[in-house]
Amino acid sequence: MSQSAKQPNRLAAGGCVDRNHTLNFTFNGQAYTGHPGDTLASALLANGVDLVNRSFKYSRPRGIVAAGSEEPNAVVQLGASEAAQVPNVRATQQALYEGLVAHSTNGWPDVQKDLMGWIGKLGAPFMPPGFYYKTFMAPASMWMTYEKYIRKTAGLGRSPTETDPDIYDHMSQHCDVLVIGAGPAGLAAALASARAGARVILADEQEAMGGSLLDSRECLDDRPAGQWIADALAELERLENVTLLPRTTANGYHDHNFVTLHERRTEHLADSAPSIEGRRQPRSRLHRVRAGQVVLATGAHERPLVYANNDVPGNLLAGAVSTYIRRYGVIPGRRLVLTTSNDHAYRAALDWLDAGHDVVAIADARETPDGELVEQARARGIRIIPGSAVIEASGSKRVTGARIARIDREAFKVIGPVETLDCDTIASSGGYSPVIHLASHTGARPSWNETILGFVPNTVKGVAAAGGARGIYPLADVLADGADAGAKAAASQGFEAVFETTALPRVPAIREGEACALYQVPHEKTTLRAPKQFVDLQNDVTAAAIELATREGFESIEHVKRYTAMGFGTDQGKLGNINGMAIAARCLGRSIPEVGTTVFRPNYTPVTFGAVVGRHCRELFDPERYTAMHQWHVEQGAEFEDVGQWKRPWYYPRHVNGRLESMHEAVVRECRAVRERVGILDASTLGKIDIQGPDAREFLGRVYTNKWAKLAPGRVRYGLMCKDDGMVMDDGTTSCLGENHFLMTTTSGGAAAVLEWLEMWHQTEWPELDVYFTSVTDHWATMTVTGPEARKPLAEITDIDLDRESFKFMDWREGNVADVPARVFRISFTGELAFEINVQANYAMHVWKTLFEHGDKYGLTPYGTETMHVLRAEKGFIIAGQDTDGSVTPEDLGMYWAIGYDKPFPWIGKRALSRSDTRRTDRKQLVGLRPADPAVVLQEGAQIVFDPQQAIPMTMVGHVTSSYYSPTLESGFALAVVKGGHQRLGETVYLPMADGTIHEAEIVGTQFVDPEGERQNV
Amino acid sequence: MFYIYCPYCEEHREEEEFHPKGQAHLARPEDPDACSDEEWGDYLFFRNNPRGIHHEMWVHALGCRKFFNITRHTVTYEILETYKMGEQPTITAETEASRPAATASSTDDRVSTETKGAQGVQA
Amino acid sequence: MSDIRQFQTHPEVDVATESPLAYSLQRSGAPAITSTSQVILRERPCLGHLILRGGAIVLDEALREVLGLSLPSQPHGLNHDASGERSVQWLAPDEWLLIVPGGEEFSLESQLRDVLGDSHVSIVNVSGGQTVIDIEGEMARAVLMKSSHYDVHPSAFPVGKGVTTGFAKTSAILRRPSASRWELVIRRSFADYLYRWLLDAGEEYGIGVER
Repeated sequence: MSQSAKQPNRLAAGGCVDRNHTLNFTFNGQAYTGHPGDTLASALLANGVDLVNRSFKYSRPRGIVAAGSEEPNAVVQLGASEAAQVPNVRATQQALYEGLVAHSTNGWPDVQKDLMGWIGKLGAPFMPPGFYYKTFMAPASMWMTYEKYIRKTAGLGRSPTETDPDIYDHMSQHCDVLVIGAGPAGLAAALASARAGARVILADEQEAMGGSLLDSRECLDDRPAGQWIADALAELERLENVTLLPRTTANGYHDHNFVTLHERRTEHLADSAPSIEGRRQPRSRLHRVRAGQVVLATGAHERPLVYANNDVPGNLLAGAVSTYIRRYGVIPGRRLVLTTSNDHAYRAALDWLDAGHDVVAIADARETPDGELVEQARARGIRIIPGSAVIEASGSKRVTGARIARIDREAFKVIGPVETLDCDTIASSGGYSPVIHLASHTGARPSWNETILGFVPNTVKGVAAAGGARGIYPLADVLADGADAGAKAAASQGFEAVFETTALPRVPAIREGEACALYQVPHEKTTLRAPKQFVDLQNDVTAAAIELATREGFESIEHVKRYTAMGFGTDQGKLGNINGMAIAARCLGRSIPEVGTTVFRPNYTPVTFGAVVGRHCRELFDPERYTAMHQWHVEQGAEFEDVGQWKRPWYYPRHVNGRLESMHEAVVRECRAVRERVGILDASTLGKIDIQGPDAREFLGRVYTNKWAKLAPGRVRYGLMCKDDGMVMDDGTTSCLGENHFLMTTTSGGAAAVLEWLEMWHQTEWPELDVYFTSVTDHWATMTVTGPEARKPLAEITDIDLDRESFKFMDWREGNVADVPARVFRISFTGELAFEINVQANYAMHVWKTLFEHGDKYGLTPYGTETMHVLRAEKGFIIAGQDTDGSVTPEDLGMYWAIGYDKPFPWIGKRALSRSDTRRTDRKQLVGLRPADPAVVLQEGAQIVFDPQQAIPMTMVGHVTSSYYSPTLESGFALAVVKGGHQRLGETVYLPMADGTIHEAEIVGTQFVDPEGERQNV
Repeated sequence: MFYIYCPYCEEHREEEEFHPKGQAHLARPEDPDACSDEEWGDYLFFRNNPRGIHHEMWVHALGCRKFFNITRHTVTYEILETYKMGEQPTITAETEASRPAATASSTDDRVSTETKGAQGVQA
Repeated sequence: MSDIRQFQTHPEVDVATESPLAYSLQRSGAPAITSTSQVILRERPCLGHLILRGGAIVLDEALREVLGLSLPSQPHGLNHDASGERSVQWLAPDEWLLIVPGGEEFSLESQLRDVLGDSHVSIVNVSGGQTVIDIEGEMARAVLMKSSHYDVHPSAFPVGKGVTTGFAKTSAILRRPSASRWELVIRRSFADYLYRWLLDAGEEYGIGVER
């Protein structure tokens, strides 16, 4: 007895909850108890909690309306600790667990005494659609102030401010048949497909599979529905070709039968996923399913009737009443009034009566209801009031009565006296809407079916709806339709599947009377003057708002939706959409199919961001690519720069006088080391492509702007690559290894794109050329030893003759370096003497460390990308992608020496160089800039003007592409593109900055250091 | 997320393995220097944007690295065929136009094929 | 074959060698294998990897002659020699991956080039650029499903198949040399990322690493 005292609405028997075990939970700080098998919603109802939320816009008290994912009001904030906070949880979908802590998402400061409630009362007539836009628009500067309070009072929960301790992941799935929904149609479909041998995934969003059978009054094969469910699931579980995914919502259908399923793996157990043997388990998992066929067995949602004050707690869907009684053993009130347009809803009254409580009356909108369930109700003495409906609910925080009247549906008016019945619960049913959301995601528009008074889905190839999801409601028909859909789906995937009616359970047919069309119930007053009649409870959209929208000229249902917010956001119009369309149709004097329906979009229900992200977060957010020397860089304390996905050493700060160098200090030191002695760079990230074939040389001549016909084995050449629009896309050196064998290097970021580019031209334009390309980027590790003393450490550990005459600039040689076979290239990106050493990557660390053993005495200094940039820019060497941006030609760069105008083949980019646009003399051209003040380092990206006195907006004539401080020049310097720059050497330009300062700079050549190029040849 | 049949790997692969490369069957002019600026500009910059049948070049970038062509319906996103480089499509806007209407839908009443967005309401 | 410059990458004397996972095994560690480990990883470092490109017929003849191994002509074929130590895998209609014991690749390339004569083929040594990871255990397939969108169900991925496909946020070659063992062939620069990815994916299954 103490049990029921604690849970006043818990029935003594019935339902699937385990009354032998008690679970403790709190809601809005109040402690309650429930049982395993409960949802948070059923436990709240068991405890007599009427008020679960405040409404979004009007702040009206709201209670639980539904029992499934269509619940619009009981959207709660979950989590005992800050880190475990989860917003946007439907109490109807949340299994109860020990220690669960939930709060209302709306209601400030609390749901019982809501400060914003005045808006709901006072503001009612004053908050038409567009209220916020219209009211808070002006003055614009005040929006920030309004917004803070509006956001606090509206919204559907908040995200945690602490790091989520849980992990999430993704899983790819493939199957022949994906069945969505494990109600009678889905189970029958899965059985039919699986028995034929197809790989089947059966997903269902509820805690238990069975769908409508879980609270059915019907028998299958003369046994309660629950037993048939258990048998069906047992068979499916035994089959190896079947994957069962309970607690899994199919949230989105995407192109070509790609469906995303959100599996909640541990949400029913605890706030945070429990560890098993110290191993963290994913809290939820996103299954990315590629299905051969998709069977949508998503069932139907009951439609509430739209009557005045239909949002007061105690107004429920008729089907939800049955679910709470039969599945959870919870009676949501004591005295029930049912208002319905159909027979099926009579179940609620019969279930209520079976639970031992009073059914005050059934208001049936039909004149002569006469189905089997109606007769049962009549036989049990329930008062049935035909031709009538509840026109208004009484009460504010709980229903206290129902006002019932005769109505004329056609004329849309009340035609009889109003009778007020004393009750605490009103169950309503306006019929059923197939759940067409996923079908709608396919892009196919649904069709209105006048027989079932609902939209039925159309689908695309490979997708079929079955059972309630396509408006088939009698249980025997649903089972048959599901089995048929499952068999056909399997057959289409090549499995011999025969549809056998004998395999289906026997279900006695129930004669049902015809339903009538009823959406909004007329009131004595006009819609605009009657108490609020809610259409979309979650977004607080009323019948009056829709009527007003149509009066204001919104005729398209898509516009009405946007103006009123009907079916927005997480709700996706599950309960309200059809009613809203029906109201719009009535106001516009059209039929529902003429008005049409809006588009539903993924996701069907909210998916936690954790599941969307999966394991692609934190240190696994993006691949980090390492070179073979990475560990050494880390141990040396290098700071790293992201170059594409590579981690490249940026600079190596040292401890000097007990203090770590700043970046500036480190770069100055590294630059000096290279210019004065010797430095070393890890250049392994450069893209490397091995090119073999008799036509390799011809191919190079076509994809590079310069000439390759005469490059001899042993020699290296710089190459510039354009697209056919004449714009530079990449550059690098290419070495002739043999007559038919070349090694191309690309920029670090451009490697993959260049390889694909080469393959594209070979495969699509010049397949007749005999040449193959293979990436060897990762195979070779590359280290650049450079500086006037570069020969000294290298000479100690190599058998290669490094003499300047025998190993010339732009030569490459083979030999051993630190006992490791190496290719050494005498090329320079610093302007100093340089040797680029390539060794097989597995030996690279050995070579690198050996170089330091011998290089220490010469001051061998590791330098990073920042120093590399300073040194190359001092020489005017470009970085493709930094000094170029897809709008820069080789001529714009002044690199005429790299353009083979007279090459026989019309190489890629050549023709474009003679287009009128590329011949313009005022194109932006690459130049050097010397700031007038040597202490100034111009900002990269800074805009350039010729006249700083001109009015704003100034005419911009170019921008800075690279800018650094040069220790050699003891000054800032920059590369920039300037209109007609090549003809403007010596002119002064200006760079106005955001803070009002204007920098002055002189246009100079691009080679700041050693313009004669003598240093690389020492 | 397309599911694309690679004619070289001879099986369907996920879209993320492919890179789209734009309109198919664009031949580079044999003699670019003989092209007027306008002709060269057309080759470089102007592309078809049909409602319906479209031929596109894709590359199986994460797989066999082969380029091939796709015939795709730009409204339904259905991929009607894929074919190797050098081959011609069997389905074109012309062959579709001469086809009797609605042959695509099967006799099964549960599978109806409707043109995506045919009623034009999208947002 | 002087038109192609072959290159012996291996030193004649012993020098320190670091496989692509050397750093990762040190930094991220190698979780011990326990009786409840449902997934086991093992690197097979420093093998010889050659990329063969060319016509299937000439390459098949050469490979048969030199290794007694036939070239898989069908997409995604993976053939092993009798010892199981040498394998050749279809990568594309004109591209195959040959994996042999480390150190064999140079002489193998020479032998193949001798047999191939003037045929237009490309043979490229990529041994330093990739490594092989074995994945075994009852939940190996689950780890693969968490990592790749490719269908690894036995009906779609029989023994003797290998594919290049998406893996985590990069790509990898996935092979099934035997009913119980999967192989990943991954690029050196992505090895650390993929190792960390696999350890993370396998945590719930008690993943262990054999060293």
